[in-house]
Amino acid sequence: MTFADLLSVFSDFAFMRRALAGCLVLSVAAAPIGVFLMLRRLSLTGDAMAHAILPGVAAGYLLAGLNLWAMTAGGLVAGLAIALLASAVTRLTPLREDASLATLYLVSLALGVILISARGSAVDVMHLLFGSVLAIDDTALVFIGIVASITVVAFAILWRPLVMECVDPGFLKAVGGRGAIIHVAFMLVMVLNLIAGFQALGTLLSVGLMMLPAASARFWTRRLGTMTALAMLLAVIASVIGLTASFAANLPSGPAIIVAAGGLYALSVTFGPMGGLIARFRPARHRTG
Amino acid sequence: MDFKTNAQPTGGAALAFLNATIGYDRHPALHHVSASFPAGSMTAVVGPNGAGKSTLLKAAIGHIRPIEGSVQVSGCRRTEIAYLPQLAEIDRNFPLPVFDFVAMGLWHRRGAFGGFRRDDDEDVARALAGVGLIGFEQRPLDTLSGGQLQRVLFARLALQDAPLILLDEPFTAIDDRTVGELMDIVTGWNAEGRTVVAVLHDLDQVRRNFPRTLLLARQRVAEGDTDAVLTPEHLGAARHYIEAWDEAAPYCKVEPAR
Repeated sequence: MTFADLLSVFSDFAFMRRALAGCLVLSVAAAPIGVFLMLRRLSLTGDAMAHAILPGVAAGYLLAGLNLWAMTAGGLVAGLAIALLASAVTRLTPLREDASLATLYLVSLALGVILISARGSAVDVMHLLFGSVLAIDDTALVFIGIVASITVVAFAILWRPLVMECVDPGFLKAVGGRGAIIHVAFMLVMVLNLIAGFQALGTLLSVGLMMLPAASARFWTRRLGTMTALAMLLAVIASVIGLTASFAANLPSGPAIIVAAGGLYALSVTFGPMGGLIARFRPARHRTG
Repeated sequence: MDFKTNAQPTGGAALAFLNATIGYDRHPALHHVSASFPAGSMTAVVGPNGAGKSTLLKAAIGHIRPIEGSVQVSGCRRTEIAYLPQLAEIDRNFPLPVFDFVAMGLWHRRGAFGGFRRDDDEDVARALAGVGLIGFEQRPLDTLSGGQLQRVLFARLALQDAPLILLDEPFTAIDDRTVGELMDIVTGWNAEGRTVVAVLHDLDQVRRNFPRTLLLARQRVAEGDTDAVLTPEHLGAARHYIEAWDEAAPYCKVEPAR
């Protein structure tokens, strides 16, 4: 079987085309979120939020079955509730944000699994946790498109204050920028993307399409714009490889995409010129000034 | 006491503390302090560690609200004050070149969304040239030395074009040559009519460059012309002050000023 044969699955099967389209759009939206999560040292926050939306999704599923809008609404409510509760606990008590988020998302995840197992089957749990390409129907595709559009517009508006909030939060505060509002807006966009991603990738792995390409891109460039564009490209490549492998070897699609992204990450860690292993251990010649 | 809070600023903005008690957790870092920084003045704030110098500046930009009394800024909005913190919480690993970092100083002109025009680019270049960093535009922040980073921060301050400039220990851990050049920049800002308030430890430098001084030791010890403030008696009085909080200190009985 040649490479062209492998890619022909996308022209032969409508559901693969939809899955591909969905993943490509998701890649473009998720990559900048991942870049900022990484640069803000919030990489694990994305993971925590991915767990946190599960009970909401599960509640939507229990009430309305595999209905996209019900599960989305549930996930959104749960994600925002956890994000706001965590920052409220952080601001009002001595507990740091990582600890308060960790406690809340663990409870949330446990509630989600209880909810699903109360009514559903193990298959349902697997489906929600790890996704399925077959789940991407036209409605899901439209939803992913809407979320990606919101994300792009949000980043166009938030970019500058978000960069300032990352580099020098004190300065943003002094010139009257609302750091807290920017943070909440960013978290909201992230939760939306996690929910958009969960049908293809599952709740637990949709954060992978954000973080892995972003972390890989860090090894290739020091420029924020280039890094974001590269993260998008890497996410797209991982999606194509992962979906193809998922079809060819009958693997679950979400894990296949994330493993593909993991392969790209390993390549970046090894060969990346900005702090990659080879660049680090190869004796570099130095300039005179 | 001269409170020139209502006087029209001559290019600069005025700052005044009226019987202000400012602190953390009900313990005052500044206790019933009145002090004024008239428009266009250049004042050094000196005092021992823990005397409340940084707290004074943070209250001026509104990061801490006074427990009692008031802090008045006239001649500009609070958010227009240019403030250099003692330990800027700058993430130097963020992949941002010097040019973009300095350009943050144009926030008031361009905000979150305004496009950069050619004159903006030229202003940034001029600010960088003003601090002796020509050719550093594309350098990432994490490659800068301590002195170079301080110059970058000064370039951003200059771009803010603020009528009131607050500097919290701007010359700490910086070599003499850089201190000299940065001091010239500060003097230049004041010559342009901007009000400058700087927290400093080097008393010789204060005597050389700052016409006015405020000596703090949780309370105001002395305020006015530098030579009249930095006398052995005043400095001795400031040195006697006790830094530690008394957890069981009784509540202050002084009537709030009307």
